[in-house]
Amino acid sequence: MSSTAVDTAQSRFLCLEEPHAHNGTLLGFWIYLMSDCFIFASLFACYAVLGTNTAGGPSAAQVLDLHGLAINTALLLVSSVTFGFAMLEMSRRRKGAVLAWLAVSGLLAAGFVTLEIREFLGMIAEGAGPGRSAFLSSFFTLVGTHGLHVSVGILWLIVLMVQVGKFGLSEANIRRLQCLSMFWHFLDLVWVGVFSFVYLSGVLR
Amino acid sequence: MSHSTSHEHASHGQEHGHGEHANHGSLRSYLTGFVLAAILTVIPFWLVMGHVFQSHWLTITIVLALAIVQILVHVIYFLHLDTRSEGGWNMLSFIFTMVLVVIVLGASIWVMYNENSLMMPMSQQANQGT
Repeated sequence: MSSTAVDTAQSRFLCLEEPHAHNGTLLGFWIYLMSDCFIFASLFACYAVLGTNTAGGPSAAQVLDLHGLAINTALLLVSSVTFGFAMLEMSRRRKGAVLAWLAVSGLLAAGFVTLEIREFLGMIAEGAGPGRSAFLSSFFTLVGTHGLHVSVGILWLIVLMVQVGKFGLSEANIRRLQCLSMFWHFLDLVWVGVFSFVYLSGVLR
Repeated sequence: MSHSTSHEHASHGQEHGHGEHANHGSLRSYLTGFVLAAILTVIPFWLVMGHVFQSHWLTITIVLALAIVQILVHVIYFLHLDTRSEGGWNMLSFIFTMVLVVIVLGASIWVMYNENSLMMPMSQQANQGT
């Protein structure tokens, strides 16, 4: 029988339980996220190396605001969970609830970006802009890259809300929502590194 | 715990049926992840803002260790990474990435730290020599 030959061939490649994916989009997007990990890893490495080179300018302890950071962290974490709720509603095929949770997630992330931009503008106004020292250059590059990712995520979220509103929870829209869900949780994961390494450890160095 | 595992099996059964839907997780997994992440966030903030330990390096070490634990919590409970999704390729690419990230971060810090601590005396010696 040819089917038994296929079975033994598959068992050699760790595929005893799982069938092959019908489309590789989710795996492909996951690999994109892993490559994004490298971008952030290299920016973290820059900050690790340059974080104490203040060139006579303000140090991390002087310019970083931990109270604002706590609010930002909470916003992003709650936004990650509400996006999870949207995905749960998606698997129950409840379009209205999906849109509502997506809107909540988007608003929380928008609050995050707003607070971050205010923090940046405040720092630049105090003379602690990205051009001041190697520490501030690496800080703005790393945190700014993350903020840019979140902003693009919000844009993507708005586009998808329009798509879901117009075409419903079609197969294509479900796939897109799954990709955005991974992106959203991934950004929260990177933020864990940012607040722990850049802010909390930064003010103590 | 037994409830959560049976729920996971149920969702996996659905996955086999439709073929393409990945594991979305359950309400329980999101809430567990949220509670764990919140605890793992509050502790480092408390350690730093409350000045709990005298030693800065002890605090930094604990904060970074908690960050690694929290990243794992996010990966498991929010991104639903397990050894079975996409035939194991998700996990394989994740492990590969983490190995390279550790090499990039660890080696950069190691090399630049040594460069900072070793180059300065050398340049001073060079100045003294001439």
